[in-house]
Amino acid sequence: MSAVVNAPAHDHHEDHGHHHKQTFISKYIFSFDHKMVAKQFLITGLLMGIVGIGMSILFRIQLAWPEQSFAIFEALLGKWAPEGVMTPNIYLALVTIHGTIMVFFVLTAGLSGTFSNLLIPLQIGARDMASGFMNMLSYWLFFLACVIMLCSLFVEAGPASSGWTIYPPLSALPQAIGGSGMGMTLWLVSMALFIASQLLGGINYIVTVINLRTKGMSMTRLPLTIWAFFVTAILGLVSFPVLLSAALLLIMDRSFGTSFFLSDIFLDGEVLSHHGGSPVLFEHLFWFLGHPEVYIVILPALGITSEVVATNSRKPIFGYRAMIASILAIGFLSTIVWGHHMFVSGMNPFLGSVFTFTTLLIAIPSAVKAFNYITTLWKGNLQMNPGMLFSIGLVSTFITGGLTGIILGDSTLDINVHDTYFVVAHFHLVMGISALYGLFAGVYHWFPKMFGRMMNKNLGYIHFWVTAVGAYGVFFPMHFLGMAGLPRRYYTNTAFPYFDDLADINVIVTVCAIITALVQLVFIYNFFSSMFYGKKATMNPWKSNTLEWTTPVEHIHGNWPGELPVVYRWAYDYSKTNSDGEYVITGQDYVPQNIPMQENEEDLHH
Amino acid sequence: MTPFLIIIVIALLAVTGWQISKIFELSKTPDADTSQVANNKDNENQGKLMMGFAVFLYLLMFYCFWTFTNVTLPDAASEHGGKYDNLMLISMLLIMFVQIVTQALLHYFAYKYRGAAGKKALFYADNDKLEFIWTIIPVITLAGLIIYGLFTWTDIMSVNEDEDPIVIELYAQQFSWTARYAGDDNTLGEANVRFIEGMNTLGVDQEDSYANDDKVVRELHLPVNKPVLFKLRSQDVLHSAYFPHFRAQMNVVPGMITQFGFTPTVTTEEMRNNDDIVDKVERINDIRRENGDDSYEFDYFLLCNKICGQAHYNMQMKVVVESEADYEAWLAEQATFEESMSEE
Repeated sequence: MSAVVNAPAHDHHEDHGHHHKQTFISKYIFSFDHKMVAKQFLITGLLMGIVGIGMSILFRIQLAWPEQSFAIFEALLGKWAPEGVMTPNIYLALVTIHGTIMVFFVLTAGLSGTFSNLLIPLQIGARDMASGFMNMLSYWLFFLACVIMLCSLFVEAGPASSGWTIYPPLSALPQAIGGSGMGMTLWLVSMALFIASQLLGGINYIVTVINLRTKGMSMTRLPLTIWAFFVTAILGLVSFPVLLSAALLLIMDRSFGTSFFLSDIFLDGEVLSHHGGSPVLFEHLFWFLGHPEVYIVILPALGITSEVVATNSRKPIFGYRAMIASILAIGFLSTIVWGHHMFVSGMNPFLGSVFTFTTLLIAIPSAVKAFNYITTLWKGNLQMNPGMLFSIGLVSTFITGGLTGIILGDSTLDINVHDTYFVVAHFHLVMGISALYGLFAGVYHWFPKMFGRMMNKNLGYIHFWVTAVGAYGVFFPMHFLGMAGLPRRYYTNTAFPYFDDLADINVIVTVCAIITALVQLVFIYNFFSSMFYGKKATMNPWKSNTLEWTTPVEHIHGNWPGELPVVYRWAYDYSKTNSDGEYVITGQDYVPQNIPMQENEEDLHH
Repeated sequence: MTPFLIIIVIALLAVTGWQISKIFELSKTPDADTSQVANNKDNENQGKLMMGFAVFLYLLMFYCFWTFTNVTLPDAASEHGGKYDNLMLISMLLIMFVQIVTQALLHYFAYKYRGAAGKKALFYADNDKLEFIWTIIPVITLAGLIIYGLFTWTDIMSVNEDEDPIVIELYAQQFSWTARYAGDDNTLGEANVRFIEGMNTLGVDQEDSYANDDKVVRELHLPVNKPVLFKLRSQDVLHSAYFPHFRAQMNVVPGMITQFGFTPTVTTEEMRNNDDIVDKVERINDIRRENGDDSYEFDYFLLCNKICGQAHYNMQMKVVVESEADYEAWLAEQATFEESMSEE
């Protein structure tokens, strides 16, 4: 079937060389080509990442040295830092926009947008996405969302500042906080565009994976990256529309006087007319997206890790089918656990019991994945490329962060650590740092495919080790702040003398955060300089099995110059030997997917 | 503390310097391997660094538990808090055990199986028995935790009306707390923001006779060993009533009344003499003396734990737990709602 579907695309490629020449605009700007769209997503995501991480450094400085004057505040925040002292309003705004940018713009679009676009067609053996036009539209809507979000930083009363979860009534009423005026409106517009972008992208990914697989590429021969992107896209399609509906209802409450989320409110000396709404409804709608969202962020990172770990261990990923089952189980369970964000929201305690049950269940497939990664390393021949280091780092932070999830997912234990720094430490490790490691692993691993050049490995090593030490230095001590009862989103802790002895920990955290953030500049330098001056890549630098390494280094429209490759085996025939102990292909410890079964080779049904 | 910081910074700088020197070293050799793919030497070095990193991680964990445990909350001061602390301890021991084992395996394997030319990896694609084992172990452990957790949860969240708890309303607004005691009848008068007017800042319905003996106060006093039921109400945005020392928290939602009940078991006086608190207060006062701040005496507090606006960080109320006699004496001094309205 896939051969039939691919035929027209193939013809198109043949024509292409003779007829229309690509202009600068159609090649680099409004490109339909999935490889270019992927690069656009990546670079936009990285730039947003610089903004997001930069903001976190600003508010970390305030937390370590509260209400002190810093020239950098005065320079960057202007009127929001009179005499260099950060105001509470801009602190909340920075926290809010940091969360929004990192979760949505960097880790959703920058990670899954980049690698789904790059790898889905290349690894399944397709000429391009099912709809190149929708793909282009998806990027440009994302770009527009970024521009609007950045513009919102400059509005008179400040950007949205009610937390990235934008719970009403705070986010609905400009009287309650300045950022809920124009800043919030722009936030909502930006997110609406972002959701549209995600949906266009998601439909495309799903259709492409289902319909455009090359001959022989059955679902059970797909690399785990594709499985992860596929399930991620389904999750996005299921949950993002719910966030859109929440945003729409919030817009109605804000601008058209409806009362979906507002009731019985007295502000600024007057009673508002809103009656009968419930903020808890918003929390349900928000977390119906919000929780799958964290898996939308982490699944692609785990998919990338599976691929990078297997390639660099020169071993098949352990338990391929169990890994698929885990991805599916995580995907399914992730849609029915949102209530664990709401144990103390005032919803019925019985519901809390149900959500505790489903939440702790999700630890099972997660544990299986972690064990399988560890077993994949066992008796391997580990090639310590920077991508591999970041993948191992991911497994480490995923375990550390995931384990504290067992505490937070338990409704009883959540009572006292809810909304404290314990939560902040937990989710930064398990989805923030882990997903960033996945992003870095992907960039180091597929940089040769994207730009035809290699990144500098030594700079990669520096980047990894300082980041690994720094990230734990930031987030491990942070758990103790939470266990001391310190709430998150506090502009300063000085209002409570009881928390005075936490000041030291806050300084450690901030110093580590600054070091870690600075070393990302090494990555940025490595990334951009390698793009132009890096060593020219060979076709298959990591000796990998997947199909993207059978394409020429120079990008061409349609990916493969001739016929599409045919797939004869799964993606993980690393170090496979015949019964005599020799590699299947003599002198080569890997067998790419497009190599037919060899004589004497044992068919293991992969 | 500062020495530790300095050590971290120096260690990081050392790693950086060492790595940079490696780059120069590599770039100098004329026949250097410039493929940018890890070679034997990289595998060797990075594999060892993995082991080094494991050591760092264990030292970090050990250091944090050793030095930071004294900032964490003291033993719970409420009846259900003991169960909470138990469950927390068991969960913590469990996850730290898993953490120590898995991180050790991960980093040890990364070190042990670091690549080398001529080394052959083992083609080991699956093993149903292993998969089964590490599926079933988490299943059993988590089932235990879930069951234990759910019993505790139900126990904490279900209010036992037979015990006749003292009913107190906690009223939240940007950025302060107010408490309303239900008075002799232990029944709160009806209230709604639409009744807010002048002195009646909580919007209590003056027509409701239950409201007459209610007492509105700015400081929360609780009798020890008596169950208390808090009814939570907000006039503007979401807030969260968080009593860290009592292991109690509930969001305050405009438009609805939420509730949380607990029984305080340790008076303020007793808590001030708790060893952990004595230590902590001493440390805090050392710091405050250095900064030239007033000295501090321990008091329980209630704080807001849901982002609620610019002064969210300073929305607090003092909580006093005292003997029943002291509590009664204090309460008797407070004016009833009826009295304060008639003053107007």
